[in-house]
Amino acid sequence: MIAESTPKPAGIPKKKNEGLFSKKNIQTLRDPLDDSNPITVQILGICSALAVTVQVKPALIMALGVTVVVAFSNLIISLIRNSIPNRIRIIVQLIIVAMLVTIVDQLLKAYMFDVSRKLSVFVGLIITNCIVMGRLEAFAMAQKPWPAFLDGIGNGAGYGIILITVAVFRETLGAGTLLGYKVVPQWFYDHGYVNNGLMLLPPAALFLIGIYIWWQRSRNRKLINVS
Amino acid sequence: MKVARRLLDSVKPHFNKGGRFEKFHPAFDALETFLFVPGHTTADGVHVRDAMDLKRTMFTVIIALIPTLLFGMWNVGYQHYRAFGMEATLIDTFLFGFWKVLPIVVVSYAVGLGVEFLFAIIRNHQISEGYLVTGLLIPLTMPVTVPLWMVGLAAVFCTVMGKEVFGGTGMNFMNPALLARAFLFFAFPAYLSGDIWTDLSPEPGHAVVDAWSGATNLVTFDTNYPAIASASDLFWGFEQGSIGETSVFACLLGALILIVTGVGSGKIMVSCFVGTLLMGLLLNVLAPADIPNHPMHMPAYYHWLLGGFAFGAVYMATDPVSAAQTEGGKWVYGLLIGMFTVLLRVFNPAYPEGVMLSILLMNVFAPLIDYIVVEQHIKNRIRRA
Repeated sequence: MIAESTPKPAGIPKKKNEGLFSKKNIQTLRDPLDDSNPITVQILGICSALAVTVQVKPALIMALGVTVVVAFSNLIISLIRNSIPNRIRIIVQLIIVAMLVTIVDQLLKAYMFDVSRKLSVFVGLIITNCIVMGRLEAFAMAQKPWPAFLDGIGNGAGYGIILITVAVFRETLGAGTLLGYKVVPQWFYDHGYVNNGLMLLPPAALFLIGIYIWWQRSRNRKLINVS
Repeated sequence: MKVARRLLDSVKPHFNKGGRFEKFHPAFDALETFLFVPGHTTADGVHVRDAMDLKRTMFTVIIALIPTLLFGMWNVGYQHYRAFGMEATLIDTFLFGFWKVLPIVVVSYAVGLGVEFLFAIIRNHQISEGYLVTGLLIPLTMPVTVPLWMVGLAAVFCTVMGKEVFGGTGMNFMNPALLARAFLFFAFPAYLSGDIWTDLSPEPGHAVVDAWSGATNLVTFDTNYPAIASASDLFWGFEQGSIGETSVFACLLGALILIVTGVGSGKIMVSCFVGTLLMGLLLNVLAPADIPNHPMHMPAYYHWLLGGFAFGAVYMATDPVSAAQTEGGKWVYGLLIGMFTVLLRVFNPAYPEGVMLSILLMNVFAPLIDYIVVEQHIKNRIRRA
């Protein structure tokens, strides 16, 4: 299904004579990275951000998974948006999202079983991830396929940035490793340094996301009180 | 004092607007108002101003903390010499504890005030005195063996995440000092629970006596309650524990000072104690008869004497910022703190001391309690009208 639908978006915008990477499209892609970041500004998808960020590797895979699902569900919904009866659109959206999530889940199980086990239910729960449904409702239902696809990539990446930032801090401070490699030198431990156990608990992700929001808003004042 | 005044006056112009150190005005201002009563007057209209400003309030709490601090220092030495089976004079015992506790206090104040100064300078507001109390409360809730860098880290965490993110002193919804302890408790569990309560730095020529056990009475309580120390030992505080919390007597002295000066709410203290007793009695009734050692059987008043309950009820729960504000709400707030403390102690051996978590929990609920009390009051007034 993924392979079939990829070539389509490339053809559509050309008819409208709008460049593939026109200014507007770049904006669509870039906005969710910062100004309308799904986690820190739209406050969506918090639960998985708390759950899968103990280590960098699962966070990375999760970010990729969400990006693929958001991008392709946006694309598919946008392609068929004119033929979805309005009253059952949520069900149609769910079915498509569920299909994509199942594909991602099966791929993970087949090729990265250990990561799949670490992510456990959270891959399946991408279906209920607010980012996916939110972008479908807010963007894909009313936009052409190519911008919708870009929006999906952007939101997935915006989600991923936060996930990986949080995971980097949690893994270095909580376990002294990064992607499984030791980064805190033994010298530190010899002189009384101890890994921070709080970082392994979900509240730590909440603190870190909070600090990120603080930093983001002190840098970008127009974000204050938009959400 | 005159010398200090002259010195301050001579450097003052540099810190005022346009001066060389204008940026550091908050720091200068803090020092000046700390040493001398500020001569501020209200700009318009007549206001009644009490001499009881925030600095005086905070200082009263510090005075109320002195009994626990002094006893804590002595007890640190006492527990140390007891573990090694040595006899020591009162002075030696106290001095040993003094030199162990002092660095923790210094680090707590230095780091915490440093962070406060930093924020005051960046945000250009006055340094407030909130940290004076927090800085002393943090060491008193720590075991004496805690590494100093952890104390510093906790001070940074509680000042930044507990206070400054919400807008500084008076804006925090949780007690910062308890937050610092909770942070360390979850971050470094090995250093805040287990056999870490007594300073076991080696004494030449002595070994730790065989009978010594590192278990606090709260741990004993969970495993085999009849073996805990006698009520009088618990009351006076000859037991292992965090630096300031062992002596219920010292806490009561502090409570007296707080209540007489009107700084701490006696209502909250009393209701905390009542809540604990009620829940303890309830559990006594429900206790399984076939397990005589079950902690539910313990006489209810022991909960007053065990662990840091008295310390928490007197100094932590009464924090005027994070506690319930309405008079009715204070009763509910205190009662629930007492009840949750007993519940956590009895049913969750993973967290031997429930008072920290229950106060933090009720800090979160305090605005809700106030809301309900106010709504209820409005309803009553309407019905009567």
